[in-house]
Amino acid sequence: MSDLSLSVQSRRSISLHNKKVRGIFYQLLLAGSLLALGLGVGVQTVSNMRARGIPLSFGFWNESAGFDINQALIPYDALSTYGQAFWVGVVNTLFVSLLAILLATSLGFVVGIARLSQNWIVAKVATSYVEIIRNIPLLLQLLFWYNAVLKPLPAPKSSIEIPGGVYLNNRGLIIPEVQLHPGAGLVALSSAAAIVCCIALWFYARRVQIRTGRQLPVLSVSLAALIGFPLLMFLAAGEPVSFIRPQLHGFNFQGGHQLYPEFAALLIGLSVYTGSYIAEIVRGGIQAVPKGQTEAAYALGLPPGKTLRLVVVPQALRIIIPPLTSQYLNLTKNSSLAVFIGYPDLVQIFAGTVLNQTGAAVQVMAITLAVYLAISLVTSLAMNGFNRHFAIVER
Amino acid sequence: MTDQSLHPPIVNVALMPAMAPPADVRPGPVTWIKRNLFSTPSSAALTICFVLLAVWLLHQFLSFAVIKAVWSGGRDACRANPEGACWPFIAEKFDYLRYGAYPVSERWRVDLTQTIGAILIVWLLWTRAPRRKLAAMLFFVFYPVAAFVLLRGVALLHLPVIDTTLWGGLLITLLMSIVGIVFSLPFGVILALGRRSDLPMVKAVCVTFIEVVRGVPFITVLFMANFMMPLFVPDYLTPDRLLRPLIAIALFSSAYMAEVVRAGLQAIPKGQYEAAKALGISYFDMMRLIVLPQALTIVIPSIVSTFIGLFKDTTLVAIVGIADFLKAVETARVDPNWAGPTISSTGYLFAGLVYWAFCFGMSRYSQSMERQLARGHKS
Repeated sequence: MSDLSLSVQSRRSISLHNKKVRGIFYQLLLAGSLLALGLGVGVQTVSNMRARGIPLSFGFWNESAGFDINQALIPYDALSTYGQAFWVGVVNTLFVSLLAILLATSLGFVVGIARLSQNWIVAKVATSYVEIIRNIPLLLQLLFWYNAVLKPLPAPKSSIEIPGGVYLNNRGLIIPEVQLHPGAGLVALSSAAAIVCCIALWFYARRVQIRTGRQLPVLSVSLAALIGFPLLMFLAAGEPVSFIRPQLHGFNFQGGHQLYPEFAALLIGLSVYTGSYIAEIVRGGIQAVPKGQTEAAYALGLPPGKTLRLVVVPQALRIIIPPLTSQYLNLTKNSSLAVFIGYPDLVQIFAGTVLNQTGAAVQVMAITLAVYLAISLVTSLAMNGFNRHFAIVER
Repeated sequence: MTDQSLHPPIVNVALMPAMAPPADVRPGPVTWIKRNLFSTPSSAALTICFVLLAVWLLHQFLSFAVIKAVWSGGRDACRANPEGACWPFIAEKFDYLRYGAYPVSERWRVDLTQTIGAILIVWLLWTRAPRRKLAAMLFFVFYPVAAFVLLRGVALLHLPVIDTTLWGGLLITLLMSIVGIVFSLPFGVILALGRRSDLPMVKAVCVTFIEVVRGVPFITVLFMANFMMPLFVPDYLTPDRLLRPLIAIALFSSAYMAEVVRAGLQAIPKGQYEAAKALGISYFDMMRLIVLPQALTIVIPSIVSTFIGLFKDTTLVAIVGIADFLKAVETARVDPNWAGPTISSTGYLFAGLVYWAFCFGMSRYSQSMERQLARGHKS
């Protein structure tokens, strides 16, 4: 059969009536036009950049940036280079995205489960939250949190004081600074020991339950150990950890850690917005688990909470994870809206300030795009691995 | 037959007495409350907490937006009232929020464009309307041209040219969304077909475009359009400042639309393709007459969701200096003439209500469409 078709094709002349020839022709046409377009744009760009005196190299990377960034998680000052400014931006983007992912996921799971609650009012409140938040642009929500909620807070002089040395004002949330004295290491060590004990206890309790069906009080013992161990050591070592209460000096506070309103607005906005999408995904995933699973669990005598935790959610996770991944990526991409409220993320620092100062639009944009593509790629790979772990093991 | 009398008849000869009508099985209000709000002690506790929360939120909202709001009077009345919304502010800025700085004498052109658009969209989306193909033709071909002529103006037709720097407000938001949908659907179809093509080169180009655009934030695409497009072309071809974000939005939404269309193409049974090929129908006729009509119908709900996303994303064009609706609200709210304690909140509340009404309406349409399609498949 294949011999026949081959011989027929080989006898045919090279014409556009031959499907294979046509395919190659179209592809050559596409490649040729793309190449021509790329070359044309490239040549034009280089000549335009020369004419406007825009640097063509990445030489700006090691030049001094000359601007300060108020929220840097890695060492940075006005004398640092553009390259260091770039890393500050990347770290800030990742930091706010990771925190927001954690918050949005917790919120989304709670709301998604609440939407399916037997309790009418709980389900309705959860539904209203989802329907309101999903249908309002994220940017509007960010501006609202920033300009209408956090900025009108009182000035530092008349801060809202929360007991324990915490102050809330229009420059952010100021919390006491932790100061470590000799002996603090022991407290940290005892915390680590408590965590190790808890993990060991968890494994032991699991084995006991599998062997005998007896359930050990894991949660209460763990909590006691996690709080008790460090507390005992803290008292024994002579209270080696102290807090510096923020003090009002002039117009601002000194001492203490500051949570900036830009960061808080971005974190709240991203979590609340993405949480509503995650809630819908969770609801869809739970509804996709056959009802027989719940009924079987009830028939075996499992209470509703355990049914949800041990039977329904693990099965729903398989359906939830792929769309959840794309929501995480959306959240990370949406963190670029930071530029509107002045949180120094990658886009604000690098594609904003650095681009404007150096004028190297092509290089800066290429690097920025590469960072987001890399984040997308890594997240996809990680979530695919997670997905494989949770996938049904086919027999 | 004769021994029939020996046995009692199997069928009852006399009629059975009529049974009483069934008791009302619908639960009464008390039963309903017991079952849905107070089934267990923990449920009762949740009910109380959530009722309090809901009442508090509703009260906050109503007292700000309605009860304590300033409905008439000027800026002084608003300044004197720090507890409620300032609706006179919105009333005064209403035209600015709708048209931006578009000349007052020419605003009928915007109204006309928007009315034509609204009629065409209703015609297109209303499944029982006659001649929807004509509507699609008008919307995707005639309407962009008409809108361009009307909004920008052509001196030959005695329509003075209005510079795009004057455009703003809701006009820009709607323009961005319509341009996004008008261009992204055809481009999305082409990209989706390319992605499923057998030709490796075509496939590689389409996959690269789709994945790169979907992997980066919209803001960076806008930045690229704004800062890099002028570098890509000779000076005399530099696109207008409004055209650049329009190109960005068209390309960006095409990539998302392509994935939606691809899902539709994948949902069409292979038999449809094979039957078309067996009948000797060419690739383009097969796609145009058999596959795409089915595929696009299945994905109408997803197309609408993508459009909602696009509509919300138009807010980001403010970053490249385009005064869309949200930017107009931002500009209006910092107007020193109106400085007052609740101006910002009023502006955001109004913007939120407008965006919410648009998006909620569209999502409701998408849901009803989904139900309609689901019924169609069942029967």
